[in-house]
Amino acid sequence: MSEVILKVSGLTKNFGGIKAIDAVDLDIRPGEIVALIGPNGAGKTTFFNCLTGIYTPSAGDIILRDPKNGTETRLNGMKPNKITEKGMARTFQNIRLFPTMSVLENVMIGRHCRTHAHILGAIFRNPATRREEEEIVDMSYDILRKVGLHRQVNEEARNLSYGAQRRLEIGRALATEPFLLLLDEPAAGMNPQETEALVTLIRKICSEGHSILLIEHDMKLVMSLSDRIFVMDYGKKIAQGTPEEVRSNPAVIKAYLGEDVDA
Amino acid sequence: MFPVKELKRSALISLWFAFLTFPIMVIKVDPIERTVNWRWDNLFFVALGSFVVSILAKVYLIRKERRAGLKKVSKAVTEPFVQRILREPRFLYPLSIAVLIFAISFPFFFSTYQTNIMTTALMYVVLGLGLNIVVGVAGLLDLGYVAFYAVGAYSYALLNLHFNMGFWAVLPIGGLFAAFLGILLGFPVLRLRGDYLAIVTLGFGEIIRLILENWNEFSKGPSGIANIPRPGFFGMEMNFDSGITYIYYIVVALVVFTIFVVNRLQSSRLGRAWLALREDEIACQAMGIDKTKTKLIAFSLGAFWAGLVGVIFAAKTTFVNPASFTFLESAIILSIVVLGGMGSIVGVIFGALILILMPEYLRALSEYRMLAFGGILVVMMVFKPDGIISNVRRSYQFKKHSSTAE
Repeated sequence: MSEVILKVSGLTKNFGGIKAIDAVDLDIRPGEIVALIGPNGAGKTTFFNCLTGIYTPSAGDIILRDPKNGTETRLNGMKPNKITEKGMARTFQNIRLFPTMSVLENVMIGRHCRTHAHILGAIFRNPATRREEEEIVDMSYDILRKVGLHRQVNEEARNLSYGAQRRLEIGRALATEPFLLLLDEPAAGMNPQETEALVTLIRKICSEGHSILLIEHDMKLVMSLSDRIFVMDYGKKIAQGTPEEVRSNPAVIKAYLGEDVDA
Repeated sequence: MFPVKELKRSALISLWFAFLTFPIMVIKVDPIERTVNWRWDNLFFVALGSFVVSILAKVYLIRKERRAGLKKVSKAVTEPFVQRILREPRFLYPLSIAVLIFAISFPFFFSTYQTNIMTTALMYVVLGLGLNIVVGVAGLLDLGYVAFYAVGAYSYALLNLHFNMGFWAVLPIGGLFAAFLGILLGFPVLRLRGDYLAIVTLGFGEIIRLILENWNEFSKGPSGIANIPRPGFFGMEMNFDSGITYIYYIVVALVVFTIFVVNRLQSSRLGRAWLALREDEIACQAMGIDKTKTKLIAFSLGAFWAGLVGVIFAAKTTFVNPASFTFLESAIILSIVVLGGMGSIVGVIFGALILILMPEYLRALSEYRMLAFGGILVVMMVFKPDGIISNVRRSYQFKKHSSTAE
């Protein structure tokens, strides 16, 4: 139990009479790459939105445990920014960068919740603020180098290629120093080369001590990356296990390929 | 060279304009003589004028497209002249010093009348910069900005009337009152965005004005408060002319102060958070920015400047009444921000100077000046929708890093 950094139990979300998520359990251990898969409309993104505070869950518990000091926090009903402060950051399925800000500034925004300069500091630009500002720039630059965008620091984010925008989103999320990173379809719309680079990047991020929960449709990517897979369909969890277990699970095959039709 | 299709379109446009303006330009009813004058020659001028204007506009657009096409091919994106100057410190510093010297020596070379107009224009510069924080940087469309201006003005008028407080004592108080009101307004509208926010702030502006107009015991109603003292200078007595010059210098100082503060804020952690809030609220929160706090700071800080200028306004005109704080004022300040360039300090300064000084110097056109004014606004928005000077993102250099990275 103490091993787990995220424990979701019985998470339910109703929209009116519709159960978008129905009593889903999930847990993530430190250093793991966990994938959440399922057909379109299975409730994966809703699940993410509940975790990150954009939706308030109707029932269930989300417990986040900081691996550094072991403090446990119940995330239900917390504001998104507080959750990010607790150490869980995310990317979005439909890219949500700050389009007219520069690449570097996008990452610098990620540093917001880890820095403290206030309004008077900004006006008087005292040494502490200046130092902090320099740290933000340096650190953001290092992150950009990690995601391979350090040549485009001053480019406006909207001018980046699609794959680069995805990488920038990951970089921005990394800037908040999360121990758990949620990626919502990071490979969507990427070409094979970009996907390959992404796999390398995710492995690298994971090896640097971030745990990862990702939603993805690219089965090749999911199977090669993840340690464990959770499968959702119609808001319910229908399977979980290692890639091999999930691949041969009849319920999963049924969800993806439909009912067996007698030949 | 010029397609016939476009000529046809321009002809149609001019016909349409002639038709639209027919009732006001051609028919003139003389109620005393009980006759109708048909001014057919006007119809001709309207048609010809709109034809020429539409062709000129089309030529301009075609040229612009062609140039944009060329740019893509050559890949050398040439920055606009003004922005290149603004980016280079070796141009920027001498230029700003020259502007400052000009501003300081202005009253010595120009008449009191000119100085007075300039004071007004500079007050709008500060108002524009204040609203720029809210609308241009944080992206919260505020149509009731004039309410904070009114609060500042009435703070001075009322505190002076009841407690005999001086200008310098009230200046910060007026600003703080307005800032506090900004927070009060901010709370209920935190969830709103875009059009909805605009409507609520519009209502808020009207509420403040109506309170001032109808609560006679508090604000003396529509008749306003007169005999507000001008700012004092260590108890020195000043005649009318030097009084105006003095206020001019106060406003110049305020402009410099405002530019300094706003500039620093924009390139700070807080300024970035505002920009991010404008771009994408959900992503902003997901990145750990407290939406509530950031919005409230933007609202109150924007209001603060309006409050300061309000106090100065009351001191300058020595009289306040609710008629000075109508929606039109909010609209003008908003036009300054939009026309100048959202989020751009230099743009807003230019916007304010143009929008406030132009009607003054267009007086030569007498009754057509508002028409000319409106026309210039429309033309501006069609050809330069980003404003006169659009905001440039700050760029960073990483020489040491990139050399080690290779």
